[in-house]
Amino acid sequence: MVDQYKQANVAEAAADHAAEVAEAHEAATIAGTPRHPLAEFWEYFTENKGALAGLLFIGVLLVTALFAPWIAPHSPIEQYRDALLLPPAFVEGGNWSYPLGTDDVGRDIFSRIIWGSRLSLLVGVIVVTLSLAAGIVLGLSAGYFRGWVDVAIMRLMDIMLAIPSLLLAIAVVAILGPGLENAIVAIAIVVLPHYVRLTRAAVITESSKDYVTSSRIAGASNSRLMFNTILPNCMAPLIVQATLGFSTAILDAAALGFLGLGAQPPTPEWGSMLADSLQFVQRAWWVVTFPGLAILLTVLAFNLMGDGLRDALDPKMKR
Amino acid sequence: MLGFILRRIGLVIPAFIGVTVLTFALIHLIPGDPVLMMAGERGIDPERYARLRADLGLDQPLIVQYWNYISGVLGGDLGNSIVTKKPVIQEFLTLFPATIELTICAMTFAIVVGLPAGVIAAVKRGTAVDHTVMATSLTGYSMPIFWWGLLLIILFSVTLGITPVSGRLSALFWVEPVTGFLLLDTLIQGEFDAFWSALHHLVLPAIVLGTIPLAVIARMTRSAMLEVLREDYVRTARAKGVAPKRVIMVHALRNALIPVITVIGLQVGTLLAGAILTETIFSWPGIGKWLVESIYRRDYPVIQGGIMLVATVIIVVNLLVDLTYGIINPRIRHQR
Repeated sequence: MVDQYKQANVAEAAADHAAEVAEAHEAATIAGTPRHPLAEFWEYFTENKGALAGLLFIGVLLVTALFAPWIAPHSPIEQYRDALLLPPAFVEGGNWSYPLGTDDVGRDIFSRIIWGSRLSLLVGVIVVTLSLAAGIVLGLSAGYFRGWVDVAIMRLMDIMLAIPSLLLAIAVVAILGPGLENAIVAIAIVVLPHYVRLTRAAVITESSKDYVTSSRIAGASNSRLMFNTILPNCMAPLIVQATLGFSTAILDAAALGFLGLGAQPPTPEWGSMLADSLQFVQRAWWVVTFPGLAILLTVLAFNLMGDGLRDALDPKMKR
Repeated sequence: MLGFILRRIGLVIPAFIGVTVLTFALIHLIPGDPVLMMAGERGIDPERYARLRADLGLDQPLIVQYWNYISGVLGGDLGNSIVTKKPVIQEFLTLFPATIELTICAMTFAIVVGLPAGVIAAVKRGTAVDHTVMATSLTGYSMPIFWWGLLLIILFSVTLGITPVSGRLSALFWVEPVTGFLLLDTLIQGEFDAFWSALHHLVLPAIVLGTIPLAVIARMTRSAMLEVLREDYVRTARAKGVAPKRVIMVHALRNALIPVITVIGLQVGTLLAGAILTETIFSWPGIGKWLVESIYRRDYPVIQGGIMLVATVIIVVNLLVDLTYGIINPRIRHQR
């Protein structure tokens, strides 16, 4: 579901910035020694307040996930039979030992959300790693060798893109059976075409440049040309896509969990925490509200950071 | 133009074959024996096992199976549901209007709100209005829509009691299906109370389903407008003394709409996938809910046929969008 947006995103950002670039041109002065690329990147990145907020939130989330056993007041699966559907502490009838209340079998929602951050980040890391690695190899092969390799790989990707991601993920889970591992595999397969297309496009642009030709004349092997010469220069769009890929992965994993096709109970996964919550909308809003809020904020943080990275890494937008 | 149309249709055929291979492979990739998986934990007696295998054609060579499958697909035969015993295509056609009705309403909502929001944001670029629209649309875009649906149910159905929680029509009414679209059927038959009830049932699911397309449309409109507003002809129009409103609504918006229309077309896939979640939350009797339930029941012919049909619909819609785009924008026609 994210794909069209990301394509639109590029055009959008370009339009957005073109206006600013025109203004900046007039103000531009000739700089002395060029700054370190990382310093320059950081300056552009920090200009974007939204991206910084996203980074900050992700940082906090990372700490939470790493130290979950120490931060969470309770076990995520322990059922407190004397505290069923207890409201959050700040509401009348609440209890500070369960800050965000408890669910229908008496599990502490706050602790489950904290433990859930581990799963969501883990899903993001694994999905992005798998799809990025496979996408780079396939895209690099398609863009470097061209010919029938290119046609075969890209046609397959076109077919995958013809099926909406969630539907394809559901199909894969229907084959492999419900469960978190299978959901991760499904999502990694579903997002693969985006990485392949991005890599291929970047590789085709880079391949025709002089430094590649000179390296080839110097006798570099195919694999050296592909992975050492060309690939490092194709990383910028991939880094952006990978960041945005976290948000897709977390959202899709939560959606599968919600449908009962992802993580299975009693795993404290944010999406599956919402799976049975429809029956509680009448009497326990907190069971519904907090896990979803965690998903929204996390996805939003990654999207904000991805937007910021895109602006900072795109050379066309540098003033 | 004819060449362009044929080329685009030519591109669709491999995609369609790919989808048939994928859905065909689906039943063969299931780890273990699909028949035993379908039988579940209760087990199955050998006679029924053999009959079910023969029913599914699993006792024949793979190539023959694929040939049978694809000739069935082309003839409109997608097999029968294991649970209801009815033909998959018939179930699909019964349920599909509900999904189309929901999808059209969601898309209307997304366009009616998203387009003006994007235009206003572009015109007021850099102001608080722009920032608010952009922040809201990024939030909408990051929204887990199943949760969004639950929140709206809590607010509008449970707390305020304005809208019903689930379903398509109040149980008090029964409307003879003519078109399958309840809003139309109730109007045709003059059942205005039923129309009102159907509309009430439709509002929340349509908003939920329309949220992500709305965000995408708003952002796309804004960026397209920003680009167009910098064009010379817009400046010329302004210099001529054309009223500012007319410059924006007539001169700029018409050209900005071209990319927006493409994005709207691409959202159809998003909507059909999103319908799976939305229909599950609101118990909307459409194909999304049908597919999810068939997965729970391990009703493989339905899963296979359902995915096949939805993917086909999306391929066809994307083709139509491409062709429309080619008609609107002649530059596209002459590309490779």
